[in-house]
Amino acid sequence: MRIFLIFLAFALALALVPILGSRALVQDLFTVLCLLVLALNWNLLAGFAGLVSVGQQAFVGIGAYAMFACVILLGLNPILGMLVGGLVAMALSVPVAFFAFRLHGAYFAIGTWAVADIARLSFSQWKALGGGTGTALPKEAVQEMAVIQILRDLFGGSKAAAVDMLTYWLALALVLAVLAASWIFLRSRLGLGLQAVRDNPVAARAVGVDPTRLKALVFLLTAFVTGICGGLLFIQIGRISPDAAFSLLDWTAFVIFIVVIGGIGTLPGPIIGVLVFYGLERALADYGTLYLILLGLIGIAIMLFARRGLWGSFIQRTGFDPLPLGHRAPARATPE
Amino acid sequence: MAILSLQGVSKSFGALKVTDEVSFALEKGEALGIIGPNGAGKSTLFNLITGNLRPDAGQVLLDGRDVTGESPMQRCASGLGRSFQIPQPFGHLSVYENLLVAARFGGRLSAAEAPAHCMGILDRTGLASLADRPAGALPLLNRKRLELARAMATRPRVILLDEIAGGLTDGECVELVATIRSIHAEGTAILWIEHVLHALTSVVTRLMVLNFGRMLMIGAPDQVMAAPEVREIYLGIEA
Repeated sequence: MRIFLIFLAFALALALVPILGSRALVQDLFTVLCLLVLALNWNLLAGFAGLVSVGQQAFVGIGAYAMFACVILLGLNPILGMLVGGLVAMALSVPVAFFAFRLHGAYFAIGTWAVADIARLSFSQWKALGGGTGTALPKEAVQEMAVIQILRDLFGGSKAAAVDMLTYWLALALVLAVLAASWIFLRSRLGLGLQAVRDNPVAARAVGVDPTRLKALVFLLTAFVTGICGGLLFIQIGRISPDAAFSLLDWTAFVIFIVVIGGIGTLPGPIIGVLVFYGLERALADYGTLYLILLGLIGIAIMLFARRGLWGSFIQRTGFDPLPLGHRAPARATPE
Repeated sequence: MAILSLQGVSKSFGALKVTDEVSFALEKGEALGIIGPNGAGKSTLFNLITGNLRPDAGQVLLDGRDVTGESPMQRCASGLGRSFQIPQPFGHLSVYENLLVAARFGGRLSAAEAPAHCMGILDRTGLASLADRPAGALPLLNRKRLELARAMATRPRVILLDEIAGGLTDGECVELVATIRSIHAEGTAILWIEHVLHALTSVVTRLMVLNFGRMLMIGAPDQVMAAPEVREIYLGIEA
């Protein structure tokens, strides 16, 4: 119970940042929140469903491009475009799964990477959205949203600041929704089946669990959320290009780093990971390339010396797990 | 009517015929033992029955229905439970959760029904005090018990046991056999591969001998064990 109160206080403090904090902080934390959404998704994929994808940037890019298409070509509201982005990403994850699920382990990783690159090259052919060089989101489409005017009436500030405020809150809401949904899913019948599959797929089939169906479900749902996150990211960024939208480094490599150092296969792992990642980024911001080298070294060190990540090692050492995903045996009415 | 029947089931790995035209029927509530030397194709036969392997020829019928094209999970949901020769626990899940998965999926029980069902089985298999322990940390006897308990949790009408008594001490074996007898007494049909003959013959009413993938003989245990060709092939004793 206490853990939920601490969590709630933390979430509330984060919600107040756009009102009390500087705009630079809001923009920084927006990126951090989006990375957390991606990390929670990747953790579900790799940590729980055993699907080590190196191609999740495909769904970020698809979501972002679908959002741009909705705004520029169809004149839709960007927020609506973001949701369409999630749906398009989920729809396209079906053929991707059809192809990638024939591959296992390292081949699955390489396959998803190849798919993401094919997606990047395909979208760079889309002339209406700027082809290889990309295009900008019409300023007025974002800034003239009714909700922006409401935010300005309430908190003042420029239109651009109100857009940052809105996207930040949407990112925070997305984080909370994904956290709650992951928690509920992992403790459900399907989540239990998924953990059984992760431990022993042959035995799981023998007790009636269909591994492929569960993995496909996780793949589809994470593509949906990753697509929404892609749309949201590029509402705030305001400019799209194939290289930025389908960036392996930004949307997958950093995300893997976050999950691995935080603790893969644990629900709080990505949260710890993203805090460490943000701290390192702030501390090492002035060192340029050295920052990336250090990040890599830290990742390697954690993989070697704390294979279950910071949170996983903490649980292992202390035996204290405030967020157990397990099901305890029911207490007995009459002791034996 | 037979709960499980095989009709001319054959399987080859390359040039090696590991299952050769095997046909038999397991009646409802019956207990049938399978013996045979190492490499006789006993485990392969189990994998053909559970759907982990597809036969090259022949049919597998579950309760009169042809399930030859069905997956292991579909067959499990139709009432086919199994234990593995080498225990295959879900290592990161607790003992209780190992049963819960089986009860919720294969056993098709609701969230409200499953816990009591699982606890009842944990009591019967002597695992109740270990319910919240991680299954990966169990020693051999308890892993064997867990194999049996998890198969029971799927609410099978036929249960396949693959050398479940192997590697246990006499005392442990007696305890496990008592549990198997109680499952049989409830009307669950049992198909049991075992090298520990005294354990097997204390439960089964018929015995089948496999050799080089072929069914050599099937009948009452004492008759089968007395047959000269069984003594020669299986026990290595000159008749």
